[in-house]
Amino acid sequence: MSVPSTTSRPVAANSVWPRLEPLLPQVTKPIQYVGGELGAVVKEWDAATVRWALMYPDAYEVGLPNQGVQILYEVLNELPDTLAERTYAVWPDLEKLMRAHGVPQFTVDAHRPVRDFDLFGVSFATELGYTNLLSAIDLAGIPLLAADRTDADPVIVAGGHAAFNPEPIADFVDAAVLGDGEEAVLEITGIVREWKAEGCPGGRDELLLRLARTESVYVPRFYDVDYLPDGRIQRVVPNRADVPFRVHKRTTMDLDAWPYPKKPLVPLAETVHERYAVEIFRGCTRGCRFCQAGMITRPVRERSITTVGQMVQQGLEFSGFHEVGLLSLSSADHSEIGDMCSGLAEQYQGTNVSLSLPSTRVDAFNIELAQELSRNGRRTGLTFAPEGGSERIRKVINKMVSKDDLIRTVVTAYTNGWRQVKLYFMCGLPTETDADVLEIADMAHEVIRAGRAATGSKDIRCTVSIGGFVPKPHTPFQWAAMQRPEVIDHRLKLLKQAINADRSLGRAIGYRYHDGEPSLIEGLLSRGDRRVGAVIRRVWENGGRFDGWSEHFSYQRWVDAAAEVLPGFGVDLDWYTTRERDELEVLPWDHLDSGLDKDWLWQDWQDALGEYEQDDCRWTPCFDCGVCPAMDTEIQIGPTGRKLLPLTPVNGMKLSAGAQ
Amino acid sequence: MAFSQGFTPHPKISYASAAPTGVASEAEYLEIGLREPVDPEQLRLALDAALSPGLDVLDAVVASGASLPDRIEASRWRIELPQVDPDVLAKAVAVFTAADEVLVERMTKQGRRTFDARAAVVNIDVSPASATPSGDPAVPCAILELVVRQVTPSVRPDDVLSGFRVVAGLEPPVAPKVIRLAQGTLTAQGAIVDPLDADRDGATIGGR
Repeated sequence: MSVPSTTSRPVAANSVWPRLEPLLPQVTKPIQYVGGELGAVVKEWDAATVRWALMYPDAYEVGLPNQGVQILYEVLNELPDTLAERTYAVWPDLEKLMRAHGVPQFTVDAHRPVRDFDLFGVSFATELGYTNLLSAIDLAGIPLLAADRTDADPVIVAGGHAAFNPEPIADFVDAAVLGDGEEAVLEITGIVREWKAEGCPGGRDELLLRLARTESVYVPRFYDVDYLPDGRIQRVVPNRADVPFRVHKRTTMDLDAWPYPKKPLVPLAETVHERYAVEIFRGCTRGCRFCQAGMITRPVRERSITTVGQMVQQGLEFSGFHEVGLLSLSSADHSEIGDMCSGLAEQYQGTNVSLSLPSTRVDAFNIELAQELSRNGRRTGLTFAPEGGSERIRKVINKMVSKDDLIRTVVTAYTNGWRQVKLYFMCGLPTETDADVLEIADMAHEVIRAGRAATGSKDIRCTVSIGGFVPKPHTPFQWAAMQRPEVIDHRLKLLKQAINADRSLGRAIGYRYHDGEPSLIEGLLSRGDRRVGAVIRRVWENGGRFDGWSEHFSYQRWVDAAAEVLPGFGVDLDWYTTRERDELEVLPWDHLDSGLDKDWLWQDWQDALGEYEQDDCRWTPCFDCGVCPAMDTEIQIGPTGRKLLPLTPVNGMKLSAGAQ
Repeated sequence: MAFSQGFTPHPKISYASAAPTGVASEAEYLEIGLREPVDPEQLRLALDAALSPGLDVLDAVVASGASLPDRIEASRWRIELPQVDPDVLAKAVAVFTAADEVLVERMTKQGRRTFDARAAVVNIDVSPASATPSGDPAVPCAILELVVRQVTPSVRPDDVLSGFRVVAGLEPPVAPKVIRLAQGTLTAQGAIVDPLDADRDGATIGGR
């Protein structure tokens, strides 16, 4: 059943709504396709010169809360002559109906066909969204291969962390942007605006050339990849004059000048995060060697305590959210985190607003902060991430936490009233043995034993959560061999047995793990080159969708596609995943500049193998990773010495009205 | 906005007999608890501003006396059946109306349930053939309006249509379009009275 057309809803001229609406009653959670959220913007099509469709290539429930898309959506829509609308991956039930009824990929804002836009920006937090990219391009009626597109098609731009190696999707995207998006989308918008004002000289090719000449937009078609007889890359070189040999990442400095999101989207359907999220800083120099985010987002740039306070106040007033997330890669490291937490806790005491801090730092300070944040009576969970089970492996990954630190910290949490903590680890790390993983069980046992002794209670628990390690580009582990899924799964099984070897302690320990198979495929995609594009395409043609969802992911489909396609290139799945690279191998992303000096990365890889640790440059002298001089950036941290003032009574009143 | 007590406080909102997914409505009602007295018109404006286009808050009154669910005894629905001949529909309605009981099945949260779709139906009117409010006038479209009593398990418009299929084999070729026109207390004459009337003291607060 559907809605009679007597009900009024403003319908844009090029809207697919009249054709989409009758399909919605036949699909699950139709509300995710309806749009009209608080914070959504619909502009006149004809009044805009430059039009962006922005996509997070996963379902609405995962994609809507994405910070990156929300920020760019707002930044672009603030321009008077620019419009930005959002599109998300549609579930297979709707995809089938859209194909049967000829409804193209649409935006949720004004239900316009994605193909009508000038630019189609796709943000990849994970490589597992690649098959959904292909679905969206194909549903939009855009040729799958960038080479087949015409002036009638939008320019497809990839962004997000996975765009630091866009080679596996190089055949499908027209361009990729590395690094922070705020200024990049404005620059791209400017180039498109100018090119259109000139009457689109030289068509699509000229536009892409202009983008490439910025040296910060990568246009794969202007680069040729040559291979050696053994399958390794010989070189990647520009095939056009004027195109830079290397493309550099973007870095947005002075986050106080970019206080987004100001008007956060309030989802209509249930989503994975329903909160006002504010980034309190970007970048991280803790130097965990597995962490791509920490490597590619340097240097650390803090948002000041007062800007954070103002953003929280305005964001809550606009949205009515009850929860605030203070996000970053390691939030407890903000130079004014103590004052920030106590100031916000003070301001929102007695309201229904709860504050949360992703807590992974293993020290007592973290618990102090958590206590401040739980003043309203709601205790958020405490998560500590030692990442590695043994002292030795923690030196390899540069996670400087001792076993004693961990036990002490967790016991402090128990004695302060927490009944449950979560411990996060990885399996399959370079040089790892069974013994390294089994030490996790000892650690968990000791945590429970010490916790029981300190609290005199048996009512304490911990959860061991363990994920598979995936080596990522632009990290010291980019050369590392992955461990085979069978080995990972065997170690996870041994660990489970070891945890439960002591029944009394084992009962208090929860155990969550991920199978090794999806990690291996993530590894193929993260360090893949252009030849992997053929695998992605084959998987997609065979029905691969939503690979980030265990119920949709098929390992076999990926293995089969790799076996079908890769031998033609003289390589295979193992070649990409379980093979260690040597120092001189040309890596597929070497022409993409994250600022990190490759020699430094290699040295850090050697230090990892030698179990040497590396300090944080915020507190010790520069260790020459290369980012600041290469990118002309600097560390931006406080303290500013300012404090958060109590909200004035007027604001307090407004707050209570807004905090619905 | 008032919140429930407890570990995870929830806003105090209760929806009375919400329309099923995919059904339009001109008359949904909900009750919200507030922490302090607020001018109903100011509240209406604030809620309307925060809601999506097409979700319009028409009126707000201060609740007193009987609770909202007690004031909602029945709904009036309009169902458009494109490509259905009005005469065919009229025959199906006649058979349905003549029956004492029409058992239909529907999946509910508790699993598949069988229940009577007939007793709750107070009244059915089939519109004359000419009155096509939407769609292509060349295509026949049967339209009916029905008044259905609020019962448990609830009898929805699709259940009544299932009833037509059971008793008369009526199978609409395309998806029916359904809209809820009104909800409220049921008079002896079968008319529906706005449930907010009782709190209005005869004066209209919102611009209804």
